[in-house]
Amino acid sequence: MAIMNMVQALNSAMDVLLSRDPDVLIFGEDVGYFGGVFRVTEGLQKRHGLTRCFDTPIGEAGIVAMGIGMAAYGLRPIIEIQFADYIYPAYDQIVSEAARLRYRSGGDFTAPITVRTPYGGGIFGGQTHSQSPEALFTHVAGLKTVIPSNPYDAKGLLISAVECDDPVIFLEPKRLYNGPFNGHHDRPVQPWSAHPASQVPDGHYVVPLGQAAIVRPGEAVTVLAYGAMVHVAMAAAQDSEIDAEVIDLRTLIPLDIETITASVRKTGRCVIVHEATRTSGFGAELSALVQEHCFHHLEAPIERVAGWDTPYPHAFEWDYFPGPARVTAALRRAMEG
Amino acid sequence: MKNSLPLSLHIPQPAARPGQEPDFSSVAVPPAGALPRPEIDVEPADIHAFAYGLIRVLDEDGQAVGAWNPRLAPQALREGLRAMMLTRAYDEGMYRVQRQGKISFYVKSTGEEAVAVAQAMALDREDMGFPTYRQQGLLIARGYPLPLMMGQVYSNQGDPLKGRQLPSMYSSKAYGFFSISGNLGTQFSQAVGWAMASAYRGDTRLAAAWIGDGATAEADFHHALTFASVYRAPVVLNIVNNQWAISSFQGIAGGERTTFAARAIGYGLPALRVDGNDFLAVHAATTWAAERARANLGATVIELFTYRAEGHSTSDDPSRYRPASEASRWPFGDPIERLSRHLIALGEWSEDQQADLKAEVEGLVKQTQRQVEALPPLNGPEGSLEPMFTEVYQDMPWHLARQRQEAEG
Repeated sequence: MAIMNMVQALNSAMDVLLSRDPDVLIFGEDVGYFGGVFRVTEGLQKRHGLTRCFDTPIGEAGIVAMGIGMAAYGLRPIIEIQFADYIYPAYDQIVSEAARLRYRSGGDFTAPITVRTPYGGGIFGGQTHSQSPEALFTHVAGLKTVIPSNPYDAKGLLISAVECDDPVIFLEPKRLYNGPFNGHHDRPVQPWSAHPASQVPDGHYVVPLGQAAIVRPGEAVTVLAYGAMVHVAMAAAQDSEIDAEVIDLRTLIPLDIETITASVRKTGRCVIVHEATRTSGFGAELSALVQEHCFHHLEAPIERVAGWDTPYPHAFEWDYFPGPARVTAALRRAMEG
Repeated sequence: MKNSLPLSLHIPQPAARPGQEPDFSSVAVPPAGALPRPEIDVEPADIHAFAYGLIRVLDEDGQAVGAWNPRLAPQALREGLRAMMLTRAYDEGMYRVQRQGKISFYVKSTGEEAVAVAQAMALDREDMGFPTYRQQGLLIARGYPLPLMMGQVYSNQGDPLKGRQLPSMYSSKAYGFFSISGNLGTQFSQAVGWAMASAYRGDTRLAAAWIGDGATAEADFHHALTFASVYRAPVVLNIVNNQWAISSFQGIAGGERTTFAARAIGYGLPALRVDGNDFLAVHAATTWAAERARANLGATVIELFTYRAEGHSTSDDPSRYRPASEASRWPFGDPIERLSRHLIALGEWSEDQQADLKAEVEGLVKQTQRQVEALPPLNGPEGSLEPMFTEVYQDMPWHLARQRQEAEG
């Protein structure tokens, strides 16, 4: 057991995977000698060798295609796309190829790739370093989409993702890499070391895909969140003094519908929080599911707090980022509804 | 002084359109046997001429000439001829049943049979092919069971792909035939990844990929050549230039002022340009590229210069955009006729044997067709909706299980 931030926990996951399975290899832009622009693969090339963790040309569609070909051969590639904002050139390879290979080949070929990519705002990254494109992947049959919110889960979920035989989009909330940011940007930065989820085992363990975590039990209202928004939701629960039950979804596909349903049936109220733009966001799917599964238990309209339907604006970082004030307001509306 | 010449926009046009005489006057027809065969460890920069020339072995009299003659045993030539003829008979049979409304769609490879068949024979049985939908000859040359192939096309209970793919989009790992996407070009860069995996593992197997002249304009083509060059991947990258991408002639894909083989030069890869209707030349060039890859010298780009003798697919009518007689005027002839003539010139074949073989492969197609046609449909009363919902994921998630329940009522 050691205290790790999310970068160290992800690095430790890959270190464990490389040590255990010679079929695991890692590649992406700047991930080799340098260790990645966020340092997530630091030291892995030196420790495991040049062919286990290496740099690629800047061509995301080519990087993912290379991973699909390797996976079809029988390897288990971990692909880093430097920012989720850069993943769009690879979209065809992910959607038309990786996601459908098992199905269209009658189970003959599979593409067990894991695509790691930092996503989300709160870093003044502007429109090309802040996006949250998860709904573009949850909409696609054949993909799993995973988003951790803390170091312990990040390592356990990444190991699960790589060991899973389906292609996985693994979105890393980059604002959480070095600390549990709760949206109060005007307060001092917190390190992970003060957070219980920074206690990370050194060796192999898994956090299973498809299992949500109740990170704050409560009776008044259910909050569904993932990534950085889990911490924002926690801050809002504290600020509002409303006894919210905060659920960290951890995996969007497959979704832990049982945990969600049990909670909303208990509280009768639901607030959904994500950074991504609101229209056709994953919150719309969550809202529909809660309505379908819990309609007779609902005592108030389902609330959604999301990014505004604009490109991510640089100077308006904190007007755009759905912070605790907006979540608190949604919690109050849900309680009044 | 300011240049006042009005600028003009160039839109490439083919030499002839419907109603006009076919015109291949701009297509150079170099003599067979003219080009030397370089050593496999040659520097790519030293063989740029091969990207603009044309490797040909079979001459006008059906003789095999020059340094590229692969000197195949007569039995291998007869096997190649049979695989090409079976491919053509199979294409004809499947085209007919599509016109009869028994299948939804089909893609023929008529006129291009030498590409897939000779390349399958030049590669090792264990090498993995990443084909397009016009390399059905790979499966036939490797002896893939015809009933399975036809079952895929009929999309019935004989379909190994469980009715999930458009006819002609085969997949068989056991026969080294990667699942055909239907999206163009994606397989080209995937093949490089497969080849890199083989090299990473210290395996001896190569990858071979195919792409059409039209799809070389896709970014995947560029990625394939870049990654293959960077990582020296053991892969053979084939461009099948059959002159037409549906209705767009190869000039629209960028072939008007250069060759497709010449694309390789900028990536530092060796390129060979080959008469794609010459079985021996295709075999020899593929062997050269495979030997080079097996020696850890990396990828070769091969342009197979051929002609799509029929429509793009059963949904296409080529008489709308090119002269109807163009195929018969193609200056490089027909690959089956040329190999047959060569075997006859060698004294290893006869007109009678040719006629018997044609009857044999056509009979085999008809017989297989009757057998496959008798199989029940996937979605009929004896069928099940199971294959629609399985294998989307390794294990079915709850939401799909629920949707399956709903679909099954």
